[in-house]
Amino acid sequence: MPVLWLVLAVLGIALVGYVLGRSLALASAGGEIRNLHSLPSYYGSNVAMKAAVPALLLLVVWLIVQPFVVNGMVSGMIPESEISEGSNLGLVMAEVHRTSEGLSNAVAAGIIDEDTARNPGADPETMTDRLKDAGQVVTSTLTAPILAAAQRYRALHDSGAWIMSGVVLVLALAGLIWGLRESQAEFRARNTVEQGIRALLIAAASIAVLTTIGIVLSLIFNTIEFFRLYPAAEFFFSLNWAPSFSGRGGSSELGIIPLLWGTLYISFVALVVAVPVGLFAAVYLSEYATPKVRAIAKPLLEVLAGIPTIVYGLFALLTIGPILLSVFGDDTVGWMQGQRAVMTAGIAMGIMLIPFVSSLSDDIINAVPQSLRDGSYGLGATKSETIKQVILPAALPGIVGAILLAASRAIGETMIVVLGAGAAARLSLNPFEAMTTVTAKIVSQLTGDSDFASPEALVAFALGMSLFVITLGLNVLALYIVRKYREQYE
Amino acid sequence: MNDMSLLERRVDTKDTKISARKVQVFYGDTHAIKDVDVDIQDKTVTAFIGPSGCGKSTFLRCLNRMNDTIDICRVTGDIMLDGEDIYDRRVDPVQLRAKVGMVFQKPNPFPKSIYDNVAYGPKIHGLAKNKAELDEIVEKALRRGAIWNEVKDRLHAPGTGLSGGQQQRLCIARAIATEPEVLLMDEPCSALDPIATAQVEELIDELRQSYSVVIVTHSMQQAARVSQKTAFFHLGNLVEYDDTSTIFTNPSDPRTESYITGRIG
Ligand SMILES: Nc1ncnc2c1ncn2[C@@H]1O[C@H](COP(=O)(O)OP(=O)(O)OP(=O)(O)O)[C@@H](O)[C@H]1O
Ligand SMILES: [Mg+2]
Repeated sequence: MPVLWLVLAVLGIALVGYVLGRSLALASAGGEIRNLHSLPSYYGSNVAMKAAVPALLLLVVWLIVQPFVVNGMVSGMIPESEISEGSNLGLVMAEVHRTSEGLSNAVAAGIIDEDTARNPGADPETMTDRLKDAGQVVTSTLTAPILAAAQRYRALHDSGAWIMSGVVLVLALAGLIWGLRESQAEFRARNTVEQGIRALLIAAASIAVLTTIGIVLSLIFNTIEFFRLYPAAEFFFSLNWAPSFSGRGGSSELGIIPLLWGTLYISFVALVVAVPVGLFAAVYLSEYATPKVRAIAKPLLEVLAGIPTIVYGLFALLTIGPILLSVFGDDTVGWMQGQRAVMTAGIAMGIMLIPFVSSLSDDIINAVPQSLRDGSYGLGATKSETIKQVILPAALPGIVGAILLAASRAIGETMIVVLGAGAAARLSLNPFEAMTTVTAKIVSQLTGDSDFASPEALVAFALGMSLFVITLGLNVLALYIVRKYREQYE
Repeated sequence: MNDMSLLERRVDTKDTKISARKVQVFYGDTHAIKDVDVDIQDKTVTAFIGPSGCGKSTFLRCLNRMNDTIDICRVTGDIMLDGEDIYDRRVDPVQLRAKVGMVFQKPNPFPKSIYDNVAYGPKIHGLAKNKAELDEIVEKALRRGAIWNEVKDRLHAPGTGLSGGQQQRLCIARAIATEPEVLLMDEPCSALDPIATAQVEELIDELRQSYSVVIVTHSMQQAARVSQKTAFFHLGNLVEYDDTSTIFTNPSDPRTESYITGRIG
């Protein structure tokens, strides 16, 4: 039975359970709701919960575990002789999977019948031809052990699925009966449902946390793998970034410093653009703008935040670059050679960050209590004196936090850099030169036909890990500062 | 309340410092102050009393144009400070507020050091030529605010780290550091304990030597203790304005009498 049908069946049982549980509980109270411990719908939900949750959980676990078990049982059938030079068990097993899928597809398409597909005495060569006829990809001629393994795999897979369906349905029904037996007037259905909801919320939270941990772990393992192939000292201290593009060249130089320099330089330019503009915009919006202007300007500014970064990248390449080139290019001072430069990307990124800085700062400035403003005005201070001497100092920690958050976004930004900054890793002070960043290099190391076992590809994980550590540090610092600031007024 | 001491309290006839005529205040469509006429005397403590929402704070804020900071607020009528209309176009509200200082209900020290809190006004208005002069102004204000002894060893600690009562006295010191001529106080003791209240009241009594003080209060006892003149507001009207002793012993309006004896409020 396909998984979708199985899920629907379980939900159907749960639905029936809901209706039955409800009416059963009502009946046990003689039709009087006030004699029940909880509202009737809680009894229904309790039954539905007990029918559906364990069954669906089992389904998920089964779906995850079954392939491992089946693989383990089948891989024993592959003799050493089948694993050719330069290959390994994993590749042969992949072949087995393909063949077994091919068999299933061919049966489904009516090219061969079920008996042929299962026939243990089938001739591997005829089978290969048949599968090829059926349009199923078979790389080379099947050998007898592989065919046998594939057939066994298929059989186990199918019977596993049937057993799973049976067990899941039985579990759902058992849950249904358990729940129905509980549906008596004095049963505390409300509290049970409450606990169920709690468990659901905890599960959601754990998924989020576990995924994060998983991502970090995968980064860490791949990074360790990289450092096994490439010396860490070289990575952190080499001033050169020159991967050999064949992927197997062995003479790559993979120093992070030029990339980190590019990242920090571009982020710095971005912050130089974004912080003053964003901050002044925030001051204007929160202190000077009339409610009408604010109602229009604030959403408009926030639209900027919704523009995909690739669009900023295009803007950098097609608008900012040419303008900068016409001002600083060979025709005038000759500082700039091409459209792609630190400035190009930095300015575009700064524009991207303006709404980020302004809306965070606006919130923070608004959180400064009105009583402080009154106090300052009451002493005869003007608006700008009040802002400069009372509001901004009071909001400063929060604003610093906002800037750090903006910086961590700038450091992690990719598309703008790919389009606007160029691809040359370079240690230079000239902001009109093309440079590249950590993120852009992660993209270029992993796109195309990269061999995931080579240091040239694995370096991406080390780069990602370094970036992650930097932005994490910035975020933690920012949150710490912002939180400290919040406490001040609570 | 000791009625005898009230009667004995001598009220000099003094110059009028602020005179308000036909003052109306609207918040949008709400008519918060209706036709108020009042003369506030120099070197006198004037108390505003009345039930909550009757417009005491609103009227007080008219006297230094703090209502200008509220968009929907509209003030009509004349308010004269030393014979000059403060709502005149030529008057700079910012300068006016330096002359008519204000202390708020909730202590609101700036998140700066104690010293900088007090030095804020003098610095803005250029009252000190150099650091030594500024130090002197700060010390004098803190002394008059009756808080100098408590803070003289930690002038550079943050003002927000003081207790509520100390903060309020710091705010008073901050307000008098700019040498205002009139000091407006909106329920300055509502957040304070009885000891701090007594200190502030003593301070108000001292300030009377040099300033005209207007204080909003919900405490009849406080009004009776510190003020020489009392104004009773009700529903936006100024019901009665007279010597404090008269208001508390022999009010002419039945509404005043019911309020001070606790029957309306
Ligand atoms: N900012 C404002 N916007 C709109 N209406 C206001 C505003 N401030 C005050 N009001 C209204 O004006 C009236 C007078 O308010 P005000 O604050 O002056 O009262 P109050 O006498 O000081 O009261 P309390 O003793 O509670 O402080 C009230 O009806 C109030 O709702
Ligand atoms: Mg008030």
